[in-house]
Amino acid sequence: MTELATYNFAYLDEQTKRMIRRAILKAIAIPGYQVPFASREMPMPYGWGTGGVQVTAAVIGPDDTLKVIDQGADDTTNAVSIRAFFQKTANVRVTTKTTEATIIQTRHRIPEAALQAGQTLVYQVPIPEPLRFLEPRETETRKMHALEEYGLMHVKLYEDIARHGHIATTYAYPVKVEGRYVMDPSPTPKFDNPKMHNSPALQLFGAGREKRIYAIPPYTEVVSLDFEDHPFEIQTFSQPCALCGAKGSYLDEVILDDKGGSMFVCSDTDFCEDRQAEGQLSANPAEAAE
Amino acid sequence: MRATTQVFEGGFRDTVRNSQEIFRALMDAMANPGRVMPVRDLVNAPAPLAPVAASIAATLFDHDATVWSDKAIAGSEAAIGWLKFHTGLELTTNPSDAQFALISDAETMPSFEAFAKGTSEYPDRSTTLILQIDGFDGAGELRLEGPGIKDIQTFAPSQLPKMFIDQWAANRGAFPRGIDLIFAGKGALAALPRTTRISKREA
Repeated sequence: MTELATYNFAYLDEQTKRMIRRAILKAIAIPGYQVPFASREMPMPYGWGTGGVQVTAAVIGPDDTLKVIDQGADDTTNAVSIRAFFQKTANVRVTTKTTEATIIQTRHRIPEAALQAGQTLVYQVPIPEPLRFLEPRETETRKMHALEEYGLMHVKLYEDIARHGHIATTYAYPVKVEGRYVMDPSPTPKFDNPKMHNSPALQLFGAGREKRIYAIPPYTEVVSLDFEDHPFEIQTFSQPCALCGAKGSYLDEVILDDKGGSMFVCSDTDFCEDRQAEGQLSANPAEAAE
Repeated sequence: MRATTQVFEGGFRDTVRNSQEIFRALMDAMANPGRVMPVRDLVNAPAPLAPVAASIAATLFDHDATVWSDKAIAGSEAAIGWLKFHTGLELTTNPSDAQFALISDAETMPSFEAFAKGTSEYPDRSTTLILQIDGFDGAGELRLEGPGIKDIQTFAPSQLPKMFIDQWAANRGAFPRGIDLIFAGKGALAALPRTTRISKREA
């Protein structure tokens, strides 16, 4: 507790929190619109989730339980360090269980377990502007959003089809929110896009370097862009998770040796561990261990 | 002398935790339009400022927030003094310049057109109206639909601006431009973001 005296609760000063809180309220009122905010320097480099951390710091209170995931995992560097950051600066309860968390900060995955009403999902976003790689000028992309001029995005998806025969965009797959704003769902695999649609949880997005906050309120229409003859599809996997045998979860390839050996396991570690604890082991655990 | 004491007293006892508590209620209210969020009375501000509206002010206002208030609040030296001392807000007499509007009497307030709606490029540069009302058990029940609402939410604030249904339809029609409303009742608050579609309940 003596350590806490050196920081304000949740690290940020109160004036910064007020500024971020005002931006969050606007972001919720205009779903999918990127609200500019005066992003602060954080004690971590850009690209490590400074936007998500600032949003979480502005929202979190002493009664919250925080979960942090990095590519679905609770135990990788980014997740561990951000969790430790909030333990130290806010002294909040932390968990790895999706169902126990009130705030989940995530880098590029949505948990497999269905989110509940009252939960808040905070995304760390590197490039919030979905049109940025098509049009580098902020003045132009802002005008395109204002005029709802999203033809360029469809051209990009069409060029995918012309070149590859299918839409080759697999992550940061653009969505349209409530029939108005085209939004970058952050570099989550497109596998997670359907989970954003009509989610009972509040979704907040923070981009620290790019100084933008945006949001999707609960029960909001989120549609992945597609064509009638090339409908949106999510990734499928030919095999179940090698550890828990789950079919229909998002899998990571884990390299096992330098001879080309690998196995596919759930990217969501909490989901996978829960299933293993329930005794849902792989059909052939020996094979997985090889 | 008494006015001076009123000005300095009655702020948040624990700024950090109290403002977080109010903000979470505000965030949940904005994310779930029309849902009445109970809040504790955490401040004691001079009349005509009611505790919930004053605690919202203490949570959101500072020197970066331009605020317009209606005559009853602007005319009260104690209320304005309290707001200045506890938040450091920037006051304006022009509602279309305001990021926030503090309104003690919804029925005599200016029309929504008087406030900032933002621009097509920056729809966030709009006014958020904070309306002080008595409560959420009014006679006319409204039916709400839109983002944040699963099926239908009913909402019955005790006071509403004049011609509210028509004014709100115009506001909704200007989306993404538009104003957002925060209702500060006794011991509770609720919000209507510009996305909400409102109809009167059929009798």
